[in-house]
Amino acid sequence: MQQLLPDKNGHFGIFGGRYVAETLMPALIELDGAYRKAKKDPAFRKEFAHYLKEYAGRETPLYFARRLTEELGGAKIYLKREDINHTGSHKINNTLGQALLAKRMGKKRVIAETGAGQHGVATATVAALFGMECQIFMGEEDIRRQAPNVFRMKILDAEVVPVSSGTATLKDAMNEAMRHWVSRVRDTFYVIGSTAGPHPYPMMVRDFQSIIGKETKKQVMAKEGRLPDFLVACVGGGSNSMGLFYPFKDDEGVEMIGVEAAGKGISTGHHAASISAGSIGVLHGNKTFLLQDDNGQVYDAYSIAAGLDYPGVGPEHSYFKITGRAKYVSIEDEEAIEAFMFLSKHEGIIPAMESAHAIAYAMKLAPALDKTKIVVINLSGRGDKDAEIISRRMETD
Amino acid sequence: MTGRIQKKFVDLQKNGRKAFVAYLTAGHPDLETTGKLISALEKAGVDILEIGVPFSDPTADGPVIQASSQRALKGGVTLSNILDMIGSLRNTCDIPLVLFGYYNPIFSYGNEKFAQRAIKAGVDGILVVDLPPEEAQELRKYTDPAGIDFISLIAPTTTDERISNISRNASGFLYYISITGVTGTEKPVIEHVKADVERIRKITALPLVVGFGISTPRQASEFAACADGIVVGSALVRLIEEHSESHDLLEIASSFARDIRNVL
Repeated sequence: MQQLLPDKNGHFGIFGGRYVAETLMPALIELDGAYRKAKKDPAFRKEFAHYLKEYAGRETPLYFARRLTEELGGAKIYLKREDINHTGSHKINNTLGQALLAKRMGKKRVIAETGAGQHGVATATVAALFGMECQIFMGEEDIRRQAPNVFRMKILDAEVVPVSSGTATLKDAMNEAMRHWVSRVRDTFYVIGSTAGPHPYPMMVRDFQSIIGKETKKQVMAKEGRLPDFLVACVGGGSNSMGLFYPFKDDEGVEMIGVEAAGKGISTGHHAASISAGSIGVLHGNKTFLLQDDNGQVYDAYSIAAGLDYPGVGPEHSYFKITGRAKYVSIEDEEAIEAFMFLSKHEGIIPAMESAHAIAYAMKLAPALDKTKIVVINLSGRGDKDAEIISRRMETD
Repeated sequence: MTGRIQKKFVDLQKNGRKAFVAYLTAGHPDLETTGKLISALEKAGVDILEIGVPFSDPTADGPVIQASSQRALKGGVTLSNILDMIGSLRNTCDIPLVLFGYYNPIFSYGNEKFAQRAIKAGVDGILVVDLPPEEAQELRKYTDPAGIDFISLIAPTTTDERISNISRNASGFLYYISITGVTGTEKPVIEHVKADVERIRKITALPLVVGFGISTPRQASEFAACADGIVVGSALVRLIEEHSESHDLLEIASSFARDIRNVL
């Protein structure tokens, strides 16, 4: 039995931790205590399970993608259908968990950062559900790129706060959300959307998202009578991938592959592949792999998928990388677009551009494998939000 | 070894005066000017200078220091050339200097290498905003033996138990963050600060300065009365930004500093 990670200060080996200003430390310690207590409380677990089932619509299917499998001519491919969740992605698993915790802690106000808007929508949704005040920090550039999600958040009665500092994308939205949290830490719960940020967030988000892997394990055992050979999921901050991977981490025969965004190509410098092409540093409260220059200044990430457009990655992924438990690869924009079209055409499922990165890698992996092998891809979200980007590209072509 | 910081507080106490700590972002508007500003502010009566090391993601700073950091980074400022600048200044100036910033530029430079070079350059203390006591050991195991003071922050949210842990391990002085917020964004309330300073005083005898949101001589005098000194940051940085193209920049900054010095 391996030691359970993180340790009490939130470290996964050399990664993770709580690198934040003193103002936030008491709040993080309080949150850690409240979360650990809630986790052990059957009433909390029951309530969380209730909302996952009755509100988010779980469990999500583990769907055997027959046509995709036949077209690729190799391993059997299953899709974990997180796109079917309420709000259209896995993000709701985590926001439900955190909002229930916020409620328990007596906080009536929640804030969140968002890039593509999926986490913003999922947070605005639970705020509406539980009657909480909600502010979403979003980069001005992303507000422009992801207009439909901005409308959804406003319809859900959240205030969308435009962030113009830096390059006005996800990293800056998170900076601004942290600054705001410093100012309102006493009455505000910060709902972080990924397995990033200071401890206890990477642990807490992982735990809330682990429902993905737990269900997958049960479902694949029921359908195949054995565990899968490969798990494939996209990695931005890393919440959907960690949610799938974590329950399998002690199953040695299961190979876990995280797919980062290579953007326009790693060599161009326009990418978001923190693990594949970054180095170790400290950002947003934790130590992890980062895109940074030689002087420790953090670069802006780039990907066609706004949800992968983050220069860091969850610290537990960095730990999995260093220990070799998971493998990390990267997929370029063009390959992701091809996969987006391919899955839409052959399965009638339009994937989120983020999830299309995982599909694209599986399309490379599966044909070379024996037909007896099993690959599970996490289809983390649906692609309606990306239709406009694709249609614009089709027009220019 | 008695450092410049400790000596400064002993002298101030002997003369019954309060410490005037000022903050500058290194490389704002450019590194050469920062060097000149340090000397000018020393002459104008500033007691301790905090030299901000710019970082791409300053999550504890308000708009003024964010903008100055971005400008400095665009100008190509790095931790390494800030240390060079300080080293070359040390022949002519003796003011205690505290490097103020975020952990990643130091971590990226290398903690051990940083400690050696910083002490050689004449850095007296460091204040790393995002390095709470829980994470500080990885840096302090190099900077403490080198004789660099590790200045610690106490916030309005800090519990008594934490204050006692923090002050037990602190050196140089303690920095009380007078608002629950980021730098230079709101005005601290004297009653709150007074109550918190009393709370801290019961636990530690270390020199205590108050900062974040102090911008005028009037506020400086009001807040200094309840502590050992005050910090002025954003207000000075804003002034430097406004007059960055002016030939009189050094005189304008000095005059601002003298106005505050005179009331302390």
